[in-house]
Amino acid sequence: MSSEHPLLRIRAEVVEEVVEFTLVELSQACNATPAQLAALVAEGVLAPAGQTGDDWRFAGTALRRARLALRLARDLELNPPALALVLDMLDEITSLRARLARQHRP
Amino acid sequence: MQFKDYYEVFGVPRTATQDEIKSAYRKLARKFHPDVSKESDAEARFKEIGEAYEVLKDPEKRAAYDQMGSQWKDGQDFRPPPNWDQGFEFRGADFGGADHSDFFEALFGRRAHGSGARQSRAGAQGEDHHAKIEIDLQDAYRGAQRSLGLRAPAVDATGHVVLRERHIEVTIPKGVRQGQHLRLAGQGTPGFDGGPAGDLYLEIVFRPDARFRVEGRDVYTALSLAPWEAALGATVSVTTPDGGVALKVPAGSAAGRKLRLKAKGIPGREPGDLYAEIAIVIPPADTPEAVAAYQAFASAFTFKPRAESGGPS
Repeated sequence: MSSEHPLLRIRAEVVEEVVEFTLVELSQACNATPAQLAALVAEGVLAPAGQTGDDWRFAGTALRRARLALRLARDLELNPPALALVLDMLDEITSLRARLARQHRP
Repeated sequence: MQFKDYYEVFGVPRTATQDEIKSAYRKLARKFHPDVSKESDAEARFKEIGEAYEVLKDPEKRAAYDQMGSQWKDGQDFRPPPNWDQGFEFRGADFGGADHSDFFEALFGRRAHGSGARQSRAGAQGEDHHAKIEIDLQDAYRGAQRSLGLRAPAVDATGHVVLRERHIEVTIPKGVRQGQHLRLAGQGTPGFDGGPAGDLYLEIVFRPDARFRVEGRDVYTALSLAPWEAALGATVSVTTPDGGVALKVPAGSAAGRKLRLKAKGIPGREPGDLYAEIAIVIPPADTPEAVAAYQAFASAFTFKPRAESGGPS
């Protein structure tokens, strides 16, 4: 192992603010296949702009959602419709928890 | 190294059928999956469950594991017997889960790099990597520099693959929020045969701070007021992640009311707000003067604190 290289300065971009993914780019970022992501689009888990796979454009926020969906599908052995249901319910739990936290005084 | 009893993880006997193992796994996975679980040790438990399932669901790995005999107890000091795996062939793991225990790696080797979703063909792009980075809320207000050590396999002058460590300095942009991702282009796995390197994604996690609660761009903090400050109004100092600010508390402020400090939340094109949530703190009546003050207070009001409750006062 060697570490004599000079410190490299890296500019980081905030994915959710500035990045838009094509299907292939999002697959690469999620270590998934385009077919796996297309199945998520078909179930409405992901909602890209554009008509067909080739001109789909995913917002930066799709990265988190796609990775969550893929993790759940793999670890809980869920099929796409069950996955879509679980994600909807997780969204609802998140917003209910936020509402609860707002009502609780710190 | 400690022996791991994968059957004990699932609470099933060594004679369990594949279906019984699958059902035990699913039940535990639903309970401990870090994305859905409320358990505090979910991440560690799920790692253990995933590892046990990776071995027991695969008939070949399970047979090899079983062959080591049932005399081992969980946690016992363990060395794999020589040639223990002779006659077995482990196909590439398809479980993309996180790192395994030493015990697992001694038996089944390190997980092959990557999830196997794509082939490593010549000219192909290297894999993208994901990691988490913990920052202070203050870093989101001001931006920050962070130095990171990254390890990546590389081929040395003699043609051997070595693990090379390099350090990079990352600029955390001002305005990042919990759960967002930073993309560091070209900092993932190097490409194959001249292909471009993958990217590195860092998920932002805020280090917990008891003084602040963050919700998206908005930040909440508790503001303790004396009863007279709440009743008469006051100008008080409020601590924000970016330092103290003066806040005018209007007269007649009730406990639980939120005072908004516009654009004092997480900065950005649309900056968040900071909310100071009022809590009224009652001073103790622990000196004769304080007791006298409370008594004067009581006689000055015709105040019925339980007037609306309807119950016995």
